[in-house]
Amino acid sequence: MEWEVVIGIETHTQLKTESKIFSGASTNFGSEPNAHACLVSLAYPGVLPVLNKEAVNCAIRFGLAVDAKIAEHSIFARKNYFYPDLPKGYQISQFELPVVGEGSLSISLGDENKSIRILRAHLEEDAGKSVHGIEDGKSGIDLNRAGTPLLEIVTEPDMSSAEEAVAYAKKLHELVQWIGICDGNMQEGNFRCDVNVSVKKKGDKKLGTRREIKNLNSFKFIKQAVDYEVNWQIERLEDGGTIKQSTILFDPDSGETREMRSKEEANDYRYFPDPDLLPLVISQEKINTIKSEMYELPSQMKLKLVKEFGLSNYDADGITSNIDVANYFRELLSFKVSAKLASNWILTNLFSRLNEFNIGIKNSPLKASKLAELILRIEDKTISNNAAKKVFEEIWDQDERVDDVIEKLGLKQISNVNEIENILNQVLQDNEAMIEEYKSGKDKAFNALIGQVMKASKGKANPGQVSQLLKDKLTD
Amino acid sequence: MINLSLKKLSEGLKQKKFSSVELTQFFLNRLDLHNPSINAFITIDKDKSLAMAKRSDEMIKEGNQDYLTGIPIAQKDIFCAEGWKTSCGSKMLDNFIAPYDSTVISKFNAVGAVNLGKTNMDEFAMGSSNETSFYGYVKNPWDIKTVPGGSSGGSAAAVAGRLAPAATATDTGGSIRQPASLCGLTGLKPTYGLVSRYGMIAFASSLDQAGPMCNTAEDCAAMMNVMSGHDPKDSTSIQREKENYLTGINDPIKGVKIGVPKEFFSEGLEPEIEKIIEQGINEYKKLGAEIVEISLPNNHLSIPVYYVIAPAEASSNLSRYDGVRYGYRTKEYDDLMEMYCKTREEGFGDEVKRRIMIGTYVLSAGYYDAYYLKAQKIRRLISEDFKKAFENCDVILGPSAPSVAFPIGDKKEDPLKMYMQDVYTISTNLAGLPGLSMPAGLMNKLPVGIQLIGNYFSEAKLLNIANIFQMNTDWHNLSPEEF
Repeated sequence: MEWEVVIGIETHTQLKTESKIFSGASTNFGSEPNAHACLVSLAYPGVLPVLNKEAVNCAIRFGLAVDAKIAEHSIFARKNYFYPDLPKGYQISQFELPVVGEGSLSISLGDENKSIRILRAHLEEDAGKSVHGIEDGKSGIDLNRAGTPLLEIVTEPDMSSAEEAVAYAKKLHELVQWIGICDGNMQEGNFRCDVNVSVKKKGDKKLGTRREIKNLNSFKFIKQAVDYEVNWQIERLEDGGTIKQSTILFDPDSGETREMRSKEEANDYRYFPDPDLLPLVISQEKINTIKSEMYELPSQMKLKLVKEFGLSNYDADGITSNIDVANYFRELLSFKVSAKLASNWILTNLFSRLNEFNIGIKNSPLKASKLAELILRIEDKTISNNAAKKVFEEIWDQDERVDDVIEKLGLKQISNVNEIENILNQVLQDNEAMIEEYKSGKDKAFNALIGQVMKASKGKANPGQVSQLLKDKLTD
Repeated sequence: MINLSLKKLSEGLKQKKFSSVELTQFFLNRLDLHNPSINAFITIDKDKSLAMAKRSDEMIKEGNQDYLTGIPIAQKDIFCAEGWKTSCGSKMLDNFIAPYDSTVISKFNAVGAVNLGKTNMDEFAMGSSNETSFYGYVKNPWDIKTVPGGSSGGSAAAVAGRLAPAATATDTGGSIRQPASLCGLTGLKPTYGLVSRYGMIAFASSLDQAGPMCNTAEDCAAMMNVMSGHDPKDSTSIQREKENYLTGINDPIKGVKIGVPKEFFSEGLEPEIEKIIEQGINEYKKLGAEIVEISLPNNHLSIPVYYVIAPAEASSNLSRYDGVRYGYRTKEYDDLMEMYCKTREEGFGDEVKRRIMIGTYVLSAGYYDAYYLKAQKIRRLISEDFKKAFENCDVILGPSAPSVAFPIGDKKEDPLKMYMQDVYTISTNLAGLPGLSMPAGLMNKLPVGIQLIGNYFSEAKLLNIANIFQMNTDWHNLSPEEF
């Protein structure tokens, strides 16, 4: 039997604000437990929430980035349940009227693009953390994270494989960093996905029963968990079993998923509008202001790179894969280097070096200004592309000037016609046999002759000029 | 020093007739004498109060005297006051020492008022008789066999018994106006959002509002000058320019249009109370007011609507009392669930549990639309009724409560009868309007209150209309015999 896989994703994105969503406490990660547990975080009697406007701005930026409707009027609601790391006994979230409405995000699958529909995105506060095993039989509560702002981004069930789920998650991960609303640190849990998976018989209109894999915080785990879950569901259905709607956890050690709670055991959250907070009202003026302050989006930049700068689809994807790469590229262009050369040098030489040392481009020892100097030397024909690679190796982590290195290595290209002609004449004299071969129709001989000239010039002759001169000579 | 208005006390301090320390000591002595019999206070801390009085005397000496500087004020135990036990009348918070000041408390501190102590109240402000307090019944100084009303029963009894010159209180469905009525006082529930709720322990967030409980409208105005004002820590606090409520308090009221809702004079109201209200209306006619009949057709729905919305919000607001971080925690338990259950079972009283259960029920899946959502719709209709009514009048007049102070224990076992106590007050909370109660007569030697309801932010007008009544009558000067 053939099966179709249906996947929808809910992503909890921690917003990059200085303070928590409803109080002035810091959102710093890695402090002593409860160092940022203010009276509001602790839910002391009488305290009240005050909305952090920066979190709202982040939501608006996201809405604009996925071309979504931004609600003029949205409501904060209380989600009621008891848990020790939830100090108020309710989480402030948005339920019926979220701040961001329907939008979409385009993902690349090889050469194909697919649009994933965004259903909604809403603001909410994070819970604290239970810490077990500090003392025998006792657990501790750390409320540093309680109240940090989250944007929960929910898709329609538009993905149909683990690969698509990962492609979406990666794309979203890039986007939220690009627009500066999330630092994207997945190890610290700042970007975590709940993945809803179901399967149905090929062609069936009705969706199958879904199971929700909670809290996946790496792309690898998303892939593994979805693959495992899809197989599990198909096997079960093919064995004549049924799927029960439930929440499940993925265990990276065993590579398996296991049930946390079924739908029947799920809480009745008793959502209702939070009377401590007024409806969130966002004016068109506010949206316009934020729009005018936003940088170009990756999709817009990619389009420009392909259409205006003639980059390939693949290279344009590479340059727009994250904001730091794009910024490095932009800086290179500010030195008036060609976009094609700039993109080539980033995506090949620079990337291979950075990967080798596991360094992010933001911390590259080779600054864009210096790489630009090098590229300019190729463009003004001072050195050849091959010579430039040698210079690159010298300057990549050294504090040396590009021109000094060219001088030191004697890589300056010979572009003087007379000088090249002298070398060329000598080579032609010494290789009469090759000339004959060329004249009898063997094109290979032409390249061999160029090779000889380059060799004789110790690689410094300008290959373009050599080729032109040789052609002229042989047709004389 | 007894029976002096806040204005006279302020003048006395200024003219050095007495110091703040002397004044505070005087009231602390009265507490020693009378509090054991009426149980108006949960916490009295003489050292703290006297230290504040000393500081106030310094302020006065330095010429920094405000209207309330040096005057002892009783604070309802619902307001967090740094270093003071703040119990909200509950066993749940019996061990809770507030680590911060509510905005109301810090405003009183800023003008150098003295905190005289924390007054008794119904547990989490849920009650109309002060019988639900963990700290025992409060007795009405007019007759100690009767209740003072609630939930601000401690504040009412303290001012009525002349144990404090004035007190703060809160009103979610009538908790200022009904005890003011039963204790012969003037109490004002301001427009929702006028006084900050920050640090005031929440019962029903969309209804709770703090206000003053005093002997006169003029005293209430002086208190409001301190309590009101926008607070960035409370998102529901209204941004508007601060008013001086004393400025127009003596303005003539000739020509003011007083609306009398016919629905306030139907069955359930004691005939003798009705007569007293009519006398009040006649008094206003003599003062030049124009009386018009108005209608509040949905008023009869206020109590059912209130008992959906208030418990719904309360069930969520009270979830934080789980024994994890502060307050009461049960002694013995084997796991988390047992700790939660026993803590809340032992820490909350019956009325609080009843309302948590009602609230949880009306918010549950399958019942939300039928109860909570419907109640919100009717709440809007009730607001509309007032909007229409105020097209034909400046202020609405009626009774504050359907009865005078009733015997302790009389309604305790019958919640529905108890809930009827707020039949005239609840609709203003639902609409967010200001309401005031002032004494207008006696029935069986017990005080009867008149209620005035105004449009949004018409507190100055309400206080003015009440003050003119008080300048021409003596009811506000009566005090219980033995005090």
